[in-house]
Amino acid sequence: MQREIYLDNSATTPVSAEVAKAMEPYWSVQYGNPSSPHMRGVAAEKTMNHCRRTLAELLGVTPQELYFTGSGTEGNNIAIQGVANIPYNRKNPGHIITSAVEHPAVLHVARYLATIGWEVTYLPVDSTGRISPTDLQKAIRPETRLVSIMLVNNELGAIMPFLEISGIIREANRERQTPILFHCDAVQALGKIPVDLKAIDCDMASFSAHKINGPKGVGLLYVKRGTGLRPLMYGGGQERGLRPGTENLPGIVGMTRAVELALENLQTNAAHMRRLRTRLIEGIRSIPDSAINSPMDGAPHIVNARFAGIRGEVLVHFLEQKRIYIAMGAACSSKSKGRSHVLEALGLSSEEILNSVRLSLSPNQTEEEIDYVIESLAQTVGEIRSIYS
Amino acid sequence: MYHILLVRYGEISLKGRNRRMFEDILISNVKTALQGISIGEISRTFGRIYIETDEWEAAAERLQKVFGIVSLSPVLRTDLDLDSIKDAAVRVMADTNASTFKVETRRPNKAFPMQSPEISRTIGGHVLKNFSHLQVDVHQPDVTLEIEIRREGAYLYSRTIPCLGGLPAGVSGKGLLLLSGGIDSPVAGYLAMKRGVAVEGLHFHSYPFTTERSKEKVMELGRILGQYTGQESFKLWICHFTEVQKAIQKQPYESLRITLMRRFMLRIAAKLAEQQKALAIITGDSLGQVASQTMESIFTINAVTTMPVYRPLIGMDKQEIVDISRQIGTYETSILPYDDCCTVFVPKNPATRPTVEQALEAESGMDVDGLVNEAVALTELVEL
Repeated sequence: MQREIYLDNSATTPVSAEVAKAMEPYWSVQYGNPSSPHMRGVAAEKTMNHCRRTLAELLGVTPQELYFTGSGTEGNNIAIQGVANIPYNRKNPGHIITSAVEHPAVLHVARYLATIGWEVTYLPVDSTGRISPTDLQKAIRPETRLVSIMLVNNELGAIMPFLEISGIIREANRERQTPILFHCDAVQALGKIPVDLKAIDCDMASFSAHKINGPKGVGLLYVKRGTGLRPLMYGGGQERGLRPGTENLPGIVGMTRAVELALENLQTNAAHMRRLRTRLIEGIRSIPDSAINSPMDGAPHIVNARFAGIRGEVLVHFLEQKRIYIAMGAACSSKSKGRSHVLEALGLSSEEILNSVRLSLSPNQTEEEIDYVIESLAQTVGEIRSIYS
Repeated sequence: MYHILLVRYGEISLKGRNRRMFEDILISNVKTALQGISIGEISRTFGRIYIETDEWEAAAERLQKVFGIVSLSPVLRTDLDLDSIKDAAVRVMADTNASTFKVETRRPNKAFPMQSPEISRTIGGHVLKNFSHLQVDVHQPDVTLEIEIRREGAYLYSRTIPCLGGLPAGVSGKGLLLLSGGIDSPVAGYLAMKRGVAVEGLHFHSYPFTTERSKEKVMELGRILGQYTGQESFKLWICHFTEVQKAIQKQPYESLRITLMRRFMLRIAAKLAEQQKALAIITGDSLGQVASQTMESIFTINAVTTMPVYRPLIGMDKQEIVDISRQIGTYETSILPYDDCCTVFVPKNPATRPTVEQALEAESGMDVDGLVNEAVALTELVEL
C-alpha cells in the first residue's frame, strides 16, 4: 500500500521521535509541579528554567522575556488583549493596525477589540499577499497603540516585509511619548525562515510547538522587557502572572527539543523544502487550467494552488483515498463555510477561491514523494473534470 | 418528596379494541426511555400509568420525549388516614406558587370512611388555615390539588407537566425517512414519529465528493431522533450514492440534475422500504421552499413510485420548521456547515418546472434499474 503522504504540515505535524523521547520521563516519573516546595517540585522547576534558558538562547532573547502558553492562539490573545488591558488603554481605547490576511487568532481578537471601542485598520495586501509599508505608514495615527502583523502567512506562505514594518514603527516612535507596540504572529515562520527577534525588533512574538514536530497544547510568547502587558486570566501567578496555571512540563520539554531541532537544521530543512516546493509548483503548472496562488518568493513550505472547475474540498477527498492529505485554505477556516479571507484579500474570485487547495511540506519528504503527488494530482484532476464536464 | 410519577395518555384511550396493544407499546417505550433510572413498580388504571421512582425529575425529563404521553404529575403518596393526608396536602401546596386553588377528590377505594366532597372540603379548609395568601376558586383556580383515595394509599398532586402527546412510537408501522443532514428532514421524521411511525433513516452519502464529517453529522442527527423512537437504537441506512451522482452528471440536461437525483433517491428508498417492509417514505419537503419542492418538481419526482410518500412539513414555513428543530434539539447539529450530496452537485439553474417526459428523456441513456439495484445492494445499516 502507498505510504501516507501528509501535505498539511501547516495545520499540524506529527511529534518527532526525538521530541517524544525527550518528553517521556515527564509524564509519570518527573511529574512534579514546578511550584511545589519539595524536591519533586524543585526538579520540575529546574527543568522548566533550563528549557526557558535554552529557548532564550536559541531565539537570542533573555529567559525573562519568554512565557509558556497553551497555543499560538493563546499567545496572540495574551499579546493583543494584554495591550488592550493596560489600565490606560482600558480607559482610552486606541487604534490597532493589522492585516486583512492574519490568522483568525489575530483577526478575531481585533474584531473583539472593535466591540469595546477600539478602532481597527486592516491593511490590504497586494497580489503576492504582502502588505505595503507605505500603507502602514499612512495608517499610523496619534492614537495607534499596536501593530500586529504575521511574519509568514499560513495559507499562502507569503513573507511579510517585517524589517520595513519595524523600521516604520521605530521611526514613528521617535516622536511619541507612548510607543506603538509591534506584535508578530511567528507561528508559521519558526523553523521555516530565520526569525531574528532582535533584528525584527518586535515587542511581542507568538510561537506554537505543534507546527514544528512538537506537541500540541503548548506555545511560547516573547514579550520584550518593560512592555507592561496585563493578563487575561488570574490564578496562581505562574509565568510571572501573565499566564497562570500549572505549567505543562512535558509540553514545554517537547517544545524546547522541537525548537532546538528546527533551528539546528533550519538551513538544510529550508533548502530541502524549497527544492521540493519548486518541483511541486512546476508539476502543478504542468496540469492544464491550474494556477499558483502563493508568491514565488514565499516561505519554503507552503504551496497554494487552484484547479479550474474543481472544488478544493472534492480534490481533498479524492486525494485522501490515495493517502495523500492536503487542505483547502487553512484548517482553522475550512470547517466554517466562509470562504478564505486570505484568498479574498488577494483579489481572487469566489469561484477561484472554491477551487483552491493548500499543500504544506515537511523536511522529511522526498522528491519521489512529490513526484507521486504531482502524478496523482494530474490524474485526479483529470478524473474529476471528466465527471463534471 | 415525590415517589411516584403519574403518566396521562390521551388519544390512545379512545382507540377501542387496539387500546390494550397501544398501552403495551407505550409502557414498553416508557421502560426503554427510563433505562438507567431506578424505577419500581409500573401499574396502570383508567387511562393512567403510575411509575414508582425515587428519581422523578430525571424520569420526567426522559418521558417528556416519549410520544403518546399527554402530561405527567409527580405524586406524593401517603397513608390512608386524614391527618397524613392533611400533612401531605400542605407539602404539595407548598410546592406551587398559586394564589387560588381548589381540591378535587376521587375515591376508587370505597373502604375509606369519608366521601369525596367531604374530603375535599376538609382538606381545602386545612390548606387555607396553613397558607394565608391562598384563596379558593372553584371555577378558574391557578392550581387543582388532586386527591385520589386508592387501596395503596392516598395520592396527592398539584403539578402538571405537559408532554408531547401524539401516538406511541411504533403503533403505526414502519416508515423510511430520507435524512439529509439539513434542518428539515429530522423535523419531518419527528412529526412522523409523533403519529406512531417506527422511523428508520436513509442517508445518501456521496464520498469523496462530500466529507466523511457529513456522515458523522447525520449519525448525530439519528442519535438525537433516536431519543423519540421508544427504541434502544435508531436504524440508519447509509447509501453510497456516488456512482448514481456520476451517472447523473454525465447525462446532458444540467438543469434536471436535482430532479433526477431526487428521482433516484426515491427509487432507492422505495426499493429499500419494500425490502424492509416499511409502508411509507417520509421526506422533509416543504412546498415551494427550493426548486425541487415546487408542485411540478414533486409531481415529477413522485412519479417513480407508488409507495406513499409522507411530507409532514408540506404546509410549514421555514421558521416553523426551525422552531420545532430547536425544540427537539436537532437544529445545532443541522446547521453544521458540511456539504451534503445535494450542494456539491447542484446545477447553476435548477429546473423549477420539470416534467415527467423531460426526466424520462434524460434518463433514457442511463441504466436506471442497474444503478438503483447496485445502490440498494451497497446500502449499509448502522444502529445508533
